[in-house]
Amino acid sequence: MPDAPAIASERTAAGVRLACAGGWTIDFGARLEKQADSLVADAEGAHDALFDLSGVEAMDTAGAWVIDRSMQALMARGVTTRVVGARAEHAILLKEAHYRPVETAEPRAPPTLTSLLADIGASVYGAGSDIVSGVAFLGRMVSVGLTIFVRPPRWRWTSTFYHLEIFGLRSTPIILLINFLVGAIVAQQGIFQLARFNASPFTVDLIGILVLRELGVLLTSIMIAGRSGSAITAEIGSMKMREEIDALTVMALDPMEVLILPRILALMLALPLLTFLADMAALVGGACVAWAYGDILPIVFIQRLQDAIGLNTFAVGLIKAPFMALVIGTIASVEGFRVSGSAESLGRQVTESVVKSIFMVIVLDGLFAMFFAAVRY
Amino acid sequence: MSDSETNVVAPPAGVPANGAKAGEVVIRVRGLKVGFGDRLVMDGLDLDVLRGEVLGFVGASGAGKSVFTRTVLGLLPKLAGTIEVYGHDIDGLTAGERRRVEQRWGVLFQQGALFSGLTVKQNIQAPMREHLDLSSRLRDELAMLKIALVGLPLDAANKFPSELSGGMIKRAALARSLALDPDLLFLDEPTSGLDPIGAGEFDDLIATLQHTLGLTVFMVTHDLDSLYAICDRVAVLEHGRVVAVGPISELLRSEDPWIKTYFHGKRGAGREAAFKLGHGKRQS
Repeated sequence: MPDAPAIASERTAAGVRLACAGGWTIDFGARLEKQADSLVADAEGAHDALFDLSGVEAMDTAGAWVIDRSMQALMARGVTTRVVGARAEHAILLKEAHYRPVETAEPRAPPTLTSLLADIGASVYGAGSDIVSGVAFLGRMVSVGLTIFVRPPRWRWTSTFYHLEIFGLRSTPIILLINFLVGAIVAQQGIFQLARFNASPFTVDLIGILVLRELGVLLTSIMIAGRSGSAITAEIGSMKMREEIDALTVMALDPMEVLILPRILALMLALPLLTFLADMAALVGGACVAWAYGDILPIVFIQRLQDAIGLNTFAVGLIKAPFMALVIGTIASVEGFRVSGSAESLGRQVTESVVKSIFMVIVLDGLFAMFFAAVRY
Repeated sequence: MSDSETNVVAPPAGVPANGAKAGEVVIRVRGLKVGFGDRLVMDGLDLDVLRGEVLGFVGASGAGKSVFTRTVLGLLPKLAGTIEVYGHDIDGLTAGERRRVEQRWGVLFQQGALFSGLTVKQNIQAPMREHLDLSSRLRDELAMLKIALVGLPLDAANKFPSELSGGMIKRAALARSLALDPDLLFLDEPTSGLDPIGAGEFDDLIATLQHTLGLTVFMVTHDLDSLYAICDRVAVLEHGRVVAVGPISELLRSEDPWIKTYFHGKRGAGREAAFKLGHGKRQS
């Protein structure tokens, strides 16, 4: 490695002689810049400046740039500059990497308030277009679905059952586990809090109604939105990125028929089944904790449960499941089709898909709660 | 600055740029063995890359050209053999020495490998920012200089890689590989995916930069035009070793069946005729 860049300046009759030595390369970083600045300072006020580069051991574009920058700074102040002793390759560099003032202005950001308002406007507009595109997608899906419905051989059963396995069977363990835990936690809190009113046995009613009506389907939907919705968006999105969707279209195959409908149908079948399993797991979890903490024997738990809930309680949860699946599947597919060329857009759309699905699942659950309250079911 | 103000000491003819001794070995590979599982991709490969030359590296698809490059760069482990860069055995380097070697080489990946979250200017500045202590003004200026050197329009500086065409991505990636002013440049199929005009321009660009910056260039390529236009020597990879290395005129006389097909085949023959018409002169 050459020595650090150095300057020996010497006043002569004609002006100043600046003998540069050492390595004028980018490796010296800030020292290179300092030396270049002192070139200007040393020659300040002289009539002409002679740059003697014969001592320069190494030079790269950065070195050439700062030397030429100093020379131009001096010329701007009326100092005549001249270069002597430059090696051939350094002269080429001085010519190729000659200093030119550059526009380094970044695109100016608008003021905060303006951009804040613009962001709000854009997201409201985005939400509106989400609804429009979601509804349009749903409409197309239904129309394609109906045309296939009358011609069952065209339905893609292999794909449907494959996705039923992926979305349903493979999700079973995690769904059972989280619902078992949530059932247990609700039961434990129920026993402790209701004990203050000597109403511990009502824990069974609490678990039965809460789990069957709301928690079972809600937790399952959220889990499926995170697990399967994201997978759908990622699959469709990466197929879009690699032009596989276009390839399908030019083969006169409808991506909606080949890719989307089997997935959505699989989701709509899987989610009620999983919700049923989730309900059972949560009830078992609740029964275990009621036994351990509240001395409620499982047989007593079952008897009380029979009194506390009717078939309608159970049905309310299950009725919601296919609608949840439809919402998750639609959002996941729409977001998948929105992926553009780059990998980061894939990541962004997957995130969007999960966030929107979970949000919509909760909103939908709220709407169903209002609906069932209104019809007194 | 204008020429009239520059007093140049004329170099003796035939001396490579940057004052290097002709024939100095920059990369020396001996007995390299690389394999995956029980399949050997490189088996006893020897290769020298000389300072100041453009070495083309050719071989059939899947012959292991990229594997070789990635092994030299330290991205893949080797089973046996030695790799010396600037006379230092790569295996014997401390972390600090290794970092200094890595700062002396630049790599142009096949797809550009620009950081997609950064603009072109920020991409070029990324290695400067990490390794050097420069003022932001000089960093900006040097980034713009690199952008001008590779022939990108200056307004490309604030664009993101996703907004660039294929040819511009290659140029921007080349600018980034030049950010730290390396002496040694690895190019992985620099002209693949470019139209013939763009590929020709890119060849010229590499040749120009190689002359002005005094670079040593190691270039993996499939492009016969690039081989004829800018390569001083060509190395042929076959069956896990370098079966021939030399100027293209020498390789044209080779009896190896693969080399014969490569250079005298349907595609090679036309290029060969043009080459002979030009009396073997380099085009650039």
